[in-house]
This record gives sequence, C-alpha cells and structure tokens, in this order.
Amino acid sequence: MTLEHFMDDAISPWMREEGPSSDIVMSSRIRLARNIASIPYPIIAEEEKLAEVRHFIEKEYANKSFNSYHNFEFIPIKELTAIEQRVLVEKHLISPNLAKHTNESAVIISENEQVSIMVNEEDHLRIQLYFPGLQLRHALEKAFEIDDWLEEKVNYAFDEKKGYLTTCPTNVGTGMRASVMMHLPALALTGQINRMMPAINQLGLVVRGIYGEGSEALGNIFQISNQITLGKSEQDIVGDLESVVKQLIDHERNARELIMKESTTALEDRIFRSYGVLAYSRIIESKEASSCISNVRLGIDLGIIKDTSRNILNELMILIQPGFLQHYANKTLTPGDRDVLRASLIRERLKLEN
Amino acid sequence: MECQECHKRPATLHFTQVINGKKSEISVCDVCAKEKGYVTYPEEAYSLHNLLSGLFNFDTSKIENPALHKMKDLQCPQCKMTFSQFKQVGKFGCATCYETFSDKLDPILRRVHAGNTKHFGKIPKRTGNDIQMKRQLYQFKSQLQQLIEQEEFEEAAKVRDQIKELEANIRNKEAGDQA
Repeated sequence: MTLEHFMDDAISPWMREEGPSSDIVMSSRIRLARNIASIPYPIIAEEEKLAEVRHFIEKEYANKSFNSYHNFEFIPIKELTAIEQRVLVEKHLISPNLAKHTNESAVIISENEQVSIMVNEEDHLRIQLYFPGLQLRHALEKAFEIDDWLEEKVNYAFDEKKGYLTTCPTNVGTGMRASVMMHLPALALTGQINRMMPAINQLGLVVRGIYGEGSEALGNIFQISNQITLGKSEQDIVGDLESVVKQLIDHERNARELIMKESTTALEDRIFRSYGVLAYSRIIESKEASSCISNVRLGIDLGIIKDTSRNILNELMILIQPGFLQHYANKTLTPGDRDVLRASLIRERLKLEN
Repeated sequence: MECQECHKRPATLHFTQVINGKKSEISVCDVCAKEKGYVTYPEEAYSLHNLLSGLFNFDTSKIENPALHKMKDLQCPQCKMTFSQFKQVGKFGCATCYETFSDKLDPILRRVHAGNTKHFGKIPKRTGNDIQMKRQLYQFKSQLQQLIEQEEFEEAAKVRDQIKELEANIRNKEAGDQA
C-alpha cells in the first residue's frame, strides 16, 4: 500500500457507507488525547524524546491490523510535501496543528481511513475515529478498543482524580472530544440556527462552521462538539451531545418540510439554479461552490433532484479545497487558477452521475 | 490636551510613573505610547491561548508584586516548567506538572470545566486495575449505605461480604506491589 490512495480520493472509503440520519448528519467523530507518562509533552520535549515516541509507535504499530482495521500506514509528516499535508488536513485525517510540528510528528491511518492516530501533535497521541451518520456511541466503543490496544504497550499519563493528563487543561479528564458534522441548510436559511446557538452553548457544547472563517459556515455545515472533559463520563458526554443532535435533526426536518410546503417553487428554483451553476460555470470561488453544493444536496434529500448520489456533498466539499485542487493539478496554483480548475472538476463530477 | 512627547497629536493615554518614590504623571498619544514603550502590544492577534491564559491569571496579588512572585515560583522537577510559564502558555509540560502545581489547579479546572475537578470517565484497562477496584469499593459502600437506610438487611449483608472480599483483594495486591 502506498500513500497515493490517501491522496487521490477526495472521499474516504468509510464515507461511502450510509449511517443513521445521514440525510442530515454527515459524520460522527471521537477523538481521544493520550500521553506517555515518562516523557515530557511535545510543546516542551527535546527532539530526541519525541523521536523516541515516533520510533516506538512506528515499530509497534506500523503495518499492523487490529479488529476490522487493516494495515495501519505509518506516515512521517516531514516526508510529505506542503500540498500533501494540506490534503490530509482537508480530509480531516490530520489536524492543521500536526502539520505545523513537522520534524517528529507522524500519523498512522487505517486502510479505510476510519482511524487515524496522530503522533506528537499537542499530545503524544491523538486517536481519532470517524463514522458515517449519527453513530457516536458506536464510535466511542470502537475508540475505546483502539485506546486499549495502544495501552497494551504504552504507559499512559493518568491520575486517579484528574483522569488522563493532557497538555491542555481544556482536555484533561476523559481527553475526549466527541463531535458531529451536520448539514443544516433549512435552519440556516430560516436563521433559526443563530437563535439556537446560545442555548446549545449553555449546555457545555460548541457549535461552529467547519469550513469558512469566523461565524460563517460555508456549505451550511456545522460541527457540534463537547466543551467539557472533566466531571462526566464519556458515555454521559456522548449521551448529552446525542440528545442535542437529535433535537437539531428534528428541527431541521421540520424546517425543511415547512419550506417545501410554503414555498415549493422558490425552493425548486434555488436548487435548480445552483445545479445549473455547478454544471455549467467555468470559474467558481469556493464560497459560491459551497453554497451551491449545499443547495443541490438539499435537493437530493428532498427528492427534487434525482439520480445523483448523496455523497456528493461530502465529496465535493473536500474536492474544492485548495490543497486537493493543487494536488490534482500536481503544482501550486494561484487563487484564479484554482477557481477555473474547481469549476471544471465539479462539472466532471456531476457528469459522472448521469 | 496635547501629547507631551510629540506635541502634535492629542493625548489619549495617561500614565502615572513612580520613580524613586516620586510620582509623576504623563499624557501621550497612542502612537508615542507605542514608540516610546509606555505600552507594549502583542505582535500576534489575540488567540484562544491568550484568552485561556488570561483566565488563569486570577491571582492578582502575585501580579502586583513580581519580585515576590519569582521567588515563590513553583518549578516542575521533571520538565522544568514553572508555574508562571504554565500560566503564560496555558499548557502543561508533562504529567508531573499536574502534581507540582496541584495546589493551584482546582480553581483553573473549575473555570474550564463548569465547576468540575474530578474525573469520572474511563480508567486505563491494563494499568488502572487498582483504581478500578477502588472505584468499585466506593460504589459498594454507597450501595450498602442505601440498603441499610431502606432496611433491606439481607441484601446489605451480601454487599458487605462483597466489600470484605474486595478490600482483601486490594490489601493483597498492595502487599504484592510492595514486595
């Protein structure tokens, strides 16, 4: 196996499966932060110490298989080009932060790209699992299995009272960040999402757009995650998150139904115009592309657009990112060149559907 | 009032200086304040970590008296990070930091984790066996208390036996660890 398959497909193999509520929930993620007891944390440790961590993980876990996860590929970040690093970030296989500490940082990724373990990020180890749709509890179960598998050979920094001892005090305790990526076009269109955010924040959860900057959520894709990691069990945290996500799903479905009933033609117009833009434009910026992709996906979910697969949102949102475009072109592109290539890739991708 | 440094722009900032116990006041514009070093602005934009470390600087008595602060600054024996460094970056240097700074940690954790300071989640499977047993013991004891209050003595007797057994296990294990 080589690095290429991580790079060439915008869509990870696990994304091809449909999960529960996958008309609204794109993916569920569990991330566990873990450290090795006897070694200083990456922010302060000497290079040799971090090299030790990296070599140990490579020796014990590279090319291994565990349960249903096969052939963990070990990738040292410094062996990747800047564009390759960016592609892995855009596919959410590594964090932007890992790409910054290039010398001793690495990642191991399972063949289906469902599990990635970052080495020498802010913490020594960051285990991350993705599942399609709303499957937080299942993801947690699987994350614990991977965690136990690593713990067979690593002495974790753990304290009876404080839990897993992480680099940042915001992660201490469970070291867990559970998050869900949701497509909420109707709640965004009706402005309801902005009214719901403060209430969600009060429950110790955070809502933010994952693409775009500031409060803007490109493609109407929102990430909801837990803020608190201490004082509650992982199951309780995941339970709280799940109950809020389920309410958001209900609200989104109601809002979709309402728009569909009240302004059918206006909605159809919006969706087909977006389809037209994606199918025929020659230059497109990522902001416009994201909003059109979101509309088309909504059209698919509502049965207005037929014969196009739902995966298109997941796939195109990654395909249109700068890193992926430049990897595809195999060279650095100016923003103007990217807009041209973006338009042409989207056109080709839509043609494949019909 | 005009700026007392450049005498051109209006003064917007007013400073009180104490030199050798003598108090003097000066008013300057924002440009001179920056150029002459009355104030320093951070070069990078305000990041989450700045905010976070701002959150940790709750102990104002220490900030007012930096000399005293330095003398008492705790330092982690393992990674050499000091408590003032920790407050600045908002991150720990190693696992031992948690012990070194333990007396000052709870107020910080309470702020970050909505009042919580104690872990209730997962325990490492391989190395956490003793903790698992202790947690189980704690659960049995509260169960016992409850059963006694409800006057369910038969059930209570069973739980009491389980506690005895578990306590014996813990004692044996501790003896084994020391040997």
